[in-house]
Amino acid sequence: MRQLTKGNVAVMKGAVLAGCRAYYGYPITPASEIAEAAALYLPQVGGTFLQAESEVASINMVYGASSAGVRVMTASSGPGLSLMQEGISYLAAAELPCVVVDVVRGGPGLGNIAPEQSDYFAIVKGGGHGCYRNLVVAPASVQEMADLTMLAFELADRYRNPALVLTDGFIGQMMEPLELHPHIAQAPEKSWAVKGTPETRPNAVTSIHLEPDTLEAHVRKLEAKYKEAEKVEARSETYCAEDADVLLVGYGIVSRVLRSTVDQLRERGVRAGLFRPVTLYPFPSRALLQEAKKARVVQVVEMSTGMMVEDVRLAIEGRVPVEFYGRVGGNVPSAEEVREHVMQLVAAPVA
Amino acid sequence: MSDYQVTHSKSQVFYDVFERKAELKHQTHYCPGCGHGVAHKLVAEAIADMGLQDKTIFVSPVGCSVFAYYYFDTGNVQAAHGRTPAVATGLKRACPESMVVAYQGDGDLAAIGTAEILHAANRGEKISVFFINNAIYGMTGGQMAPTTLVGQTSTTSPFGRWPGNEGYPLHVCELLATLEAPVYIERVALCDNKNTMKARKAVRKALELQKNGAGFTFVEILSPCPTIWKMDPLDARRWIEEKMLPVFPLGVFRDRPAPQMKESPVPHHTFVEALELDTKDGDTHERAQTSKQAGRSLTLKMAGFGGQGVLLLGQIVAEMGMREGLEVSWLPSYGPEMRSGSAHCHVCLAQERIGSPLISHPDVLIAMNEISLRKFAPQVKSGGLILYNRSELPEGFEMPQARVVCVPASDLADQLGMAKVANVIMLGALMAENDLLTEESAMSVVQSTLGAKAKSASVLEMNRKALQAGREFMQKAATPVQN
Ligand SMILES: Cc1ncc(C[n+]2csc(CCOP(=O)(O)OP(=O)(O)O)c2C)c(N)n1
Ligand code: SF4
Repeated sequence: MRQLTKGNVAVMKGAVLAGCRAYYGYPITPASEIAEAAALYLPQVGGTFLQAESEVASINMVYGASSAGVRVMTASSGPGLSLMQEGISYLAAAELPCVVVDVVRGGPGLGNIAPEQSDYFAIVKGGGHGCYRNLVVAPASVQEMADLTMLAFELADRYRNPALVLTDGFIGQMMEPLELHPHIAQAPEKSWAVKGTPETRPNAVTSIHLEPDTLEAHVRKLEAKYKEAEKVEARSETYCAEDADVLLVGYGIVSRVLRSTVDQLRERGVRAGLFRPVTLYPFPSRALLQEAKKARVVQVVEMSTGMMVEDVRLAIEGRVPVEFYGRVGGNVPSAEEVREHVMQLVAAPVA
Repeated sequence: MSDYQVTHSKSQVFYDVFERKAELKHQTHYCPGCGHGVAHKLVAEAIADMGLQDKTIFVSPVGCSVFAYYYFDTGNVQAAHGRTPAVATGLKRACPESMVVAYQGDGDLAAIGTAEILHAANRGEKISVFFINNAIYGMTGGQMAPTTLVGQTSTTSPFGRWPGNEGYPLHVCELLATLEAPVYIERVALCDNKNTMKARKAVRKALELQKNGAGFTFVEILSPCPTIWKMDPLDARRWIEEKMLPVFPLGVFRDRPAPQMKESPVPHHTFVEALELDTKDGDTHERAQTSKQAGRSLTLKMAGFGGQGVLLLGQIVAEMGMREGLEVSWLPSYGPEMRSGSAHCHVCLAQERIGSPLISHPDVLIAMNEISLRKFAPQVKSGGLILYNRSELPEGFEMPQARVVCVPASDLADQLGMAKVANVIMLGALMAENDLLTEESAMSVVQSTLGAKAKSASVLEMNRKALQAGREFMQKAATPVQN
């Protein structure tokens, strides 16, 4: 049955059902409820919860647990994610799966605790050092906080790579119905793990390759995985996009706002549609281009000064004009505000 | 010659062939006379002699010993600079039966990784840490370490370490010995054979204690780095004795069983119990498709001071909507705004999938104080409803687009003798105005949100009365003051 649940709590319920058995983290608003739920749930089912001394320690504890083959996660918000970037690079380099949740708040610096989408570059484009990628999913509802966290665990194991759940303060803090099936996912057997057993004794987890050729071969191997993921893992969703003249593009909470905007625009006779990336890496470029080609203009909306819009422009390759509208500081654009912006856009004479 | 014979046969815990570099198959990468080689040997032999090879996970640091995993034929994990104790924590918690050996240099442990070692020790992680103190950064070519001696030159203290700028050498054993949890802390030195034998014993003791699950064990090993110190190996050993021992006295700093503690207070539950999953079937959502709710929706904003229960009121309304089979969302204000004393939330009830949970123009505003009324009333939809928690409107207040009803919920709650139920009175008032929310669900939702408090019959009764009071107030007294 559906239960009214907070987004951050849904993350942890999904994680437990995904077979997550260890959580290492450090409190930060607006992500702390994830750690609190982990502290409540995991020990009761024989798992591990530990409040670490910092996000630096958290991500390295995750590295240790993942080395032992455990499904493990951590969560934080912007400042904490900045501290985790070194560790995430090591995890990707050592091909260790894990799930990291970023409940994004206002930045840069201490910023504020209101929602933003300004960690896109840091999370989707890397943030840490070296040629690696994060697999990134972007939930837009409480139900998806659970569902996409579960997917993140699957992707992490499938590609032996960190999978990031990129969300924001609103989705983390809001409550919606959540329906979960009482079934625990089985984590795959990890023959590469280091467990302190005779069978795993030959295994080594490392990220150092001093010889340039050896490192190049390793980086190429990682690259091949990412190429494979790009082929098969991109996910997206559309709403009223079939006949849209104006294609709105947004992810996470903004996609919810844009859904309302689409309805309002259609009521006013503007044929609007929505394209929502569900995975941010791999970015659903092909699907987007297909939808965008049918439109007169693509309007990207983000709670940033323009980050995902770069991926949109790369996907569309200049074939359709791409407009950008962004709010920051913790201001979430309202459906009406975006509607007015689009009304002006369509009223403007075509150059 | 001495009581400690350096054997030239390899420990079985070392690989037969070191695969790091083709030209170095039987040699480590360490410089001649380097303490790392000796320390490795002591650790490897102990693991072998104690029969722990299969159980051991060796966590190597960043520093000259970064490649320890080429030598130790055990499970191996290589950690980021300074993070070995955190990585070891994750490993040991995942594999409590394993032997986790963390091996770190002085830059790794006592500079960049100070927090990790302190907290791993403080938590009493059941691992063994071997700390190689050579008073210098070896791998990066001789920069100052936190353990560099006063006056000692390094590439980054070219005039000698001067405490006025760089502070004093860090005494890690002494520092860790201030903590409750560690069971064993000793400092040893690889300065002569006698002391090397002591180091051998200390390494074994640490591993023995870990094997028995005793707790956090730590051995600091003063160790020569002839290359950076620019000495021949013998002079380097002498330098430890002459220069390092006076600053880093040898000895046992802790040797006692772990403090007694109570059993873990964590209860054990099935995952269904732990997650409080509702496993009943029954999709109320489908029921709503055909019910009287079809096609209807309601958006609300509730605002007031923190403590007036506006967030809870929103949750109750959302929960009621959900039980009616509607799509619902509840979006709170959170954080410092709440601390500053005001709170509000948005609630959406709809037949269809909900777009934006952020409501610009609500159908209903419940304003529990004047600030909220003034701030949010202009946003209310034309033809909407405002419920205001006072017996009359503030002077000069006009809101022609909406119907405003004064429901003095706080006063009514005081009359009932329970100030806390003002929000439930407002719920009653709301229900009198809107049949999207049904009577049946109201009390059961209120009851479930009360949690443990619902066990008290008087509390329940009070809430029932409050609900009724709100409804009756609307029916009897509430004459529209405007519109
Ligand atoms: C984050 C980070 N900062 C700096 C370095 C560079 N670095 C590598 S080893 C090292 C110091 C090693 O010194 P120590 O721990 O004393 O070990 P030793 O080489 O003397 O055995 C430094 C600074 C790094 N690898 N990572
Ligand atoms: S530089 Fe120093 S610590 Fe590093 S291998 Fe050489 S002697 Fe050993």
